[in-house]
Amino acid sequence: MAQQGEVWIFAEQRDGNLMTVSLELLNKGKELAGQLSTPLAAVLLGEQVDDLAQQLVGYGAQKVYALENKKLKFYQSGAYARLIAELIGTHRPELFLLGATMIGMDLAPRVAAKVKTGLTAHCSDLYLEEMQGQKKLIAAVPGWGGNFVVKIACPKATPQMATVRSGVFEKPAKMQSGNGQIVKIAAAITSEDELAETVEMVESQPTGLKLEDADIVVGGGWGFQSVGGFRLAEELAGTLGGATAGSRPAVDAGWVKEDRMIGSSGKTIAPKLFISAGASGAMHFTTGFSKAKVIVAIDQNPKAPIFEVADIGLVGDLGKIIPCFLQELRKEKSGV
Amino acid sequence: MSFHCIVCIKQVPHPGHFSKINLDPVTGAIRRAGIPSVLNPLDKNVIEEALCIRERFSGKVTAITMGPPQAREVLEEAYALGADEGVLLCDLTLAGADSLATAYTLAKGIQKIGKYDLVLCGNESIDGATQQVGPQLAELLGIPHVTHVVEVNWLNEREAVVKRAIEYGYLKVKVKMPAVMTVVKSINTCRLPSVLDIMGAAGKEVQKWGCCDINGATECVGLPGSPTRVIGIVQVESKRKREMLKGSEEEMAKSAVKRLREYGVI
Ligand SMILES: Cc1cc2nc3c(=O)[nH]c(=O)nc-3n(C[C@H](O)[C@H](O)[C@H](O)COP(=O)(O)OP(=O)(O)OC[C@H]3O[C@@H](n4cnc5c(N)ncnc54)[C@H](O)[C@@H]3O)c2cc1C
Ligand SMILES: Nc1ncnc2c1ncn2[C@@H]1O[C@H](COP(=O)(O)O)[C@@H](O)[C@H]1O
Repeated sequence: MAQQGEVWIFAEQRDGNLMTVSLELLNKGKELAGQLSTPLAAVLLGEQVDDLAQQLVGYGAQKVYALENKKLKFYQSGAYARLIAELIGTHRPELFLLGATMIGMDLAPRVAAKVKTGLTAHCSDLYLEEMQGQKKLIAAVPGWGGNFVVKIACPKATPQMATVRSGVFEKPAKMQSGNGQIVKIAAAITSEDELAETVEMVESQPTGLKLEDADIVVGGGWGFQSVGGFRLAEELAGTLGGATAGSRPAVDAGWVKEDRMIGSSGKTIAPKLFISAGASGAMHFTTGFSKAKVIVAIDQNPKAPIFEVADIGLVGDLGKIIPCFLQELRKEKSGV
Repeated sequence: MSFHCIVCIKQVPHPGHFSKINLDPVTGAIRRAGIPSVLNPLDKNVIEEALCIRERFSGKVTAITMGPPQAREVLEEAYALGADEGVLLCDLTLAGADSLATAYTLAKGIQKIGKYDLVLCGNESIDGATQQVGPQLAELLGIPHVTHVVEVNWLNEREAVVKRAIEYGYLKVKVKMPAVMTVVKSINTCRLPSVLDIMGAAGKEVQKWGCCDINGATECVGLPGSPTRVIGIVQVESKRKREMLKGSEEEMAKSAVKRLREYGVI
């Protein structure tokens, strides 16, 4: 029998820093590798990556494939995909997981097409299941209509690939001393790789409270159309000292910025309190805050699936309920 | 010099009706009977970008879509917006395609169309939302790709420097044609179709090609060509308290605030 392939994760670095999602994947990858009795390896590309390779070992990678070249400093869509596909050809990993960042989502499909394998996006969970005597990766993705997830597998081709958003899995604790092998590879770049060439990276860290760091988040949906926009949601978040976010229709309407969209194609957050208002509760949306400590739902439709996933439900017009809520909160504040 | 731009566009269920779509609990098949279809909203920006390029370099815009017979509606819409030609890839064998099989089919269709300078896609479709078709199409066509494109600065007809968004910033990418670019909404503002184009679109023919016409290998298209499989659906058990508050708006708000204090979250 052929030897069990390794479990790989893509260790994405930007400007010499590892992305959090890559560490989260190491955590999940370790669990899956344990169940498959195979090593967990990280694939790292960059200009000089010794330091990052050590960090990955510290977070649990048993092997790091470290590909170095001056030209890999920034993400290069051609070179990264080709080099990784070649590495896959040599080592034949069983699983390959990538963070669903705006770079991971560019790289993963190109690699999958190169090696002719299956790739599943917006996974809300990953686990192994027996299929015809083999342990196969199941990617759970949100389904349509309420609280269903669809199980997707890649039964024949390998590596079985998936992209996962930040926040879906937990970040591992850093170990005192990791024990891992670092496989250094001097990567060569071809002229074909350079048909698309990243020449510059401009980053500007956001100011103010990041959505991921907010303890309280008010997430608004299409229901705010009935009150002509998002002002009430902002007022509620402001009074609670929290942040606003939205469902996809709220983002499409321009009420909240794109990077504040919650859900399977947006952000996954775990605040202490999530208040959903005017959102019906599609799984694509609710999967983005399922780890919140307490969930409150406000919707005028008593049958809306949002109430299934809430701790506290208020049925009614948000245009009336939110002002009452505000009044009550202000009373409390002023000690009346 | 004449620049040929191919735009990939997709017909999707109307987003305002998503809450009516559900899954067959036994087969897992998607049930969307009676739900109207529209052009993937972002693909309007795709067409717009192609029109801007045509204005710049002159040349033509060909729209291509894979879908059931009624998907020709999105090609008609593309005509109304100003596209020159439309191709519908339609065949029973193409059904059930995942992103790789979709990209394969589109690649075959595009190769049949012939010479092109640029392929434009949306960064993501509203119903699939995988963001995978563009990069996979580029791989199968053997040309470079850039995703999340917010701005294109043409150096000349053969080369552009594009800004592509990343979290909290952007990358500047120099790219040679032919290439695939997948664009995001902020790239442009769509024009309204002109009366002339709408009238012109009415009687215009679309090319309809099946799997054989594009030399598609049957094992590479549709469900057989899709390495991923839906193997089941599961209902998620809610572990939440699901306490429904009673009374008037004031009373509900009062109880809610009380509860949230008890839970220690405000
Ligand atoms: C592959 C894929 C990925 C997706 N990814 C995401 C994602 O990441 N994030 C996301 O949000 N969506 C996503 N979607 C879309 C998702 O399926 C839903 O369509 C969307 O979440 C619905 O948003 P909504 O609840 O705001 O709108 P609707 O479903 O239209 O719900 C509006 C709600 O407001 C209520 N309402 C109306 N007026 C009032 C009022 N006056 N007072 C109180 N309540 C009122 C209505 O009763 C209704 O329940 C995705 C879809 C697909 C297919
Ligand atoms: N069936 C299709 N026909 C034509 N273009 C498609 C099709 N599916 C996806 N695309 C293109 O790929 C983009 C991204 O789709 P997706 O990968 O599904 O998120 C869309 O905006 C279209 O440009």
